[in-house]
Amino acid sequence: MTDTLTDRGSPAMEAISLTKNFRLGPGQLIHAVRDVSFGLYSGAVVALVGESGSGKSTVAKLLAGQERPTSGAIRLGDQPVDLSSRKAFRQHKSNVQMVFQDPFASLNPVHTVRYHLSRPVRLHQGKRSAADISAEVNALLGQVRLTPAEQFAGKYPHELSGGQRQRVSFARALAAQPTVLLADEPVSMLDVSIRLEMLSLLDDLRKRLRLALLYITHDIASARYFADEVLVMYGGQIVERGPAEELTQQPAHPYTQLLVASAPDPDNLGSTLRTGAVRAGRPVGSADVASQGCPFSPRCPLADDRCRAENPPLQPVDPVLASTAVPASTTRSAACWHLPEAAAMREAAARAAMQ
Amino acid sequence: MSGPNWPAGSGPVLDISDLSIVYRTEAADVRAVSNVSLTLSAGEVVGLVGESGSGKSTLAYGACRLLRSPALITGGAVRYRGRRAAEPTDILRLGADELRQLRWREIAIVFQSAMNALNPVLNVRDQILDAVSAHLRMSKTDALEKTSTLLDLVGIPRSRLRSYPHELSGGMRQRIMIAMALAADPEIVIMDEPTTALDVVVQRDILAQIVELKERLGFSILFITHDLSLLLEMADRIAVMYAGRLLEVGTAAEIKREAAHPYTRGLLKSFPSLHGPRRDLAGIPGSPPDLRAATAGCPFLPRCQFGTQACEQIDMTLAAVGRGSDPPTPPARVASSADLAHLTACPFVLPDTPEPDGASPAGVKTAVAEFAEPAGREVSSA
Repeated sequence: MTDTLTDRGSPAMEAISLTKNFRLGPGQLIHAVRDVSFGLYSGAVVALVGESGSGKSTVAKLLAGQERPTSGAIRLGDQPVDLSSRKAFRQHKSNVQMVFQDPFASLNPVHTVRYHLSRPVRLHQGKRSAADISAEVNALLGQVRLTPAEQFAGKYPHELSGGQRQRVSFARALAAQPTVLLADEPVSMLDVSIRLEMLSLLDDLRKRLRLALLYITHDIASARYFADEVLVMYGGQIVERGPAEELTQQPAHPYTQLLVASAPDPDNLGSTLRTGAVRAGRPVGSADVASQGCPFSPRCPLADDRCRAENPPLQPVDPVLASTAVPASTTRSAACWHLPEAAAMREAAARAAMQ
Repeated sequence: MSGPNWPAGSGPVLDISDLSIVYRTEAADVRAVSNVSLTLSAGEVVGLVGESGSGKSTLAYGACRLLRSPALITGGAVRYRGRRAAEPTDILRLGADELRQLRWREIAIVFQSAMNALNPVLNVRDQILDAVSAHLRMSKTDALEKTSTLLDLVGIPRSRLRSYPHELSGGMRQRIMIAMALAADPEIVIMDEPTTALDVVVQRDILAQIVELKERLGFSILFITHDLSLLLEMADRIAVMYAGRLLEVGTAAEIKREAAHPYTRGLLKSFPSLHGPRRDLAGIPGSPPDLRAATAGCPFLPRCQFGTQACEQIDMTLAAVGRGSDPPTPPARVASSADLAHLTACPFVLPDTPEPDGASPAGVKTAVAEFAEPAGREVSSA
């Protein structure tokens, strides 16, 4: 896994110091995305994990060209992304496609599956003859395993299950023959028993078509299984990044630790949830994201005056502190002033869980 | 028995027996709930897990008579016996006035999607006041005081009384829903996916709060969700529902360690775990059956790895799970629905029955096996 991350070549798409502010009112700004940089690589999955409002969907919209960054740059291959003309915008769209969370809302209820797929085939592949388009639509449906294709092509969204609709969304994205696929919570609206099938389909597609895949999710457990690299966002910034297995097993940043500890743990039958013994100490309704200093400082048990004043940059997680069970790699970094203390906090929590 | 200090676990407060509900359409009846029996004891958390369309919400709403036409209860009984009721009552036979007495005061519901369940043009105070004055007889001053104490209960500062729903976070809105449900000190709280739309950190805060309130106030919870991993952590007993039927009922430990029904086993292998070693994942291929068609035998058969011809004939009654080296014959039927034994609807598969090799009904298994490997190793030449 580590070698995938170190020698994966040049990125298919790159975000360089992306920043996006939204204006709320006179003098009021929301810093939705702050100085975010990362690369997407052909055939690899990068997961963007964070809570709602952390800016992860805004990052996807910036990459897709739906929103223009306040500052920073996006590169596709070795070219800077140009969205100045309609033609350039369409060109960008045919390289970078998005899949949305809600398959019930992202398909038009008055159109058939065939209509949803033949439009992008015409627009992006330039096919004109009805026979060509029809053959391509059937091939796309086959790729997402909606067979027999002829039967599905004539259906309306309401005739399909949630999983089938999401497959149509995948097929629609693939119709543009993109190099980059941005999947914004592609499985979180689906039933648990179907999610895995959808993720394995996505996994299969990115391998076969060598797609560079950005997987946006709030479910860090699925990122562990599905992604090569995980980026954790909080308050519009990347607070920790690293190889998926390492990051989820040895979370360095206090926020990542909280995220991992909050995920349901089916092995924990004697959970503190059952006895009602724990109550989170955080007062409800307090400001969750600090506008100054480290964004996580209002919720962080380690926060001190420095954290509240200065925003920590991403810095390498010291490999000496990582336990020997998981080999540390150089790509692992976290934005925290108190990484040694955070590591000690993690070890203490692990020891407490063992007892 | 009907004293205020009725000890926990002394008998079911809610006893659903043999309940069947259909949605009547011109073409055919959609059998949303078929012959379901389930009990909820005092102070207990029972989890009801199933995919969307499995009938779990229909079951819970039907038990409170909250369903409207075209839903139709075609059979069964729902007996309620709370601390304040001397005699058990059959909810299905109550008149409109008696139902009104029962709802909210005895059985309260926290509805799905807190985002939409609150009235956007009422502030928090009026919202809760509405519920309080509709169901409790008290003066305006008392009702206002009650509203404030309810907010205290769920940890929302009183300064939020004048806030409108859009000014609150998803977690706070959900807390207000919970506060409203607890307004009349109910015996049973039905929670329909109360945390599904929330972030994991907020979800855990709220679940911890729910359990803490349950311990303090002593109500019972029927917790509806599609997330089995959540139930394993917080439910006392878990009922697995599929295509309108219960397939397995057991304690959280039984479901986790000795799951008998193939569907439950499939569900357990469907979610990636964050803790512990990576394990092989295998979803459940296929999709749930169409409930319009009356089918004999097991509804899970088309997706089942263990399926045989005999499955087309079985009647889907729950029976105690056979143990150890018992021969794979149908185990003894349990007579009472109140029996809290580990029950399964599958007479052929025992907890220790090994998975059949290569009998996967669809081609999904091979793809999943690849997926279980650390992904992306072969792309290093990129």
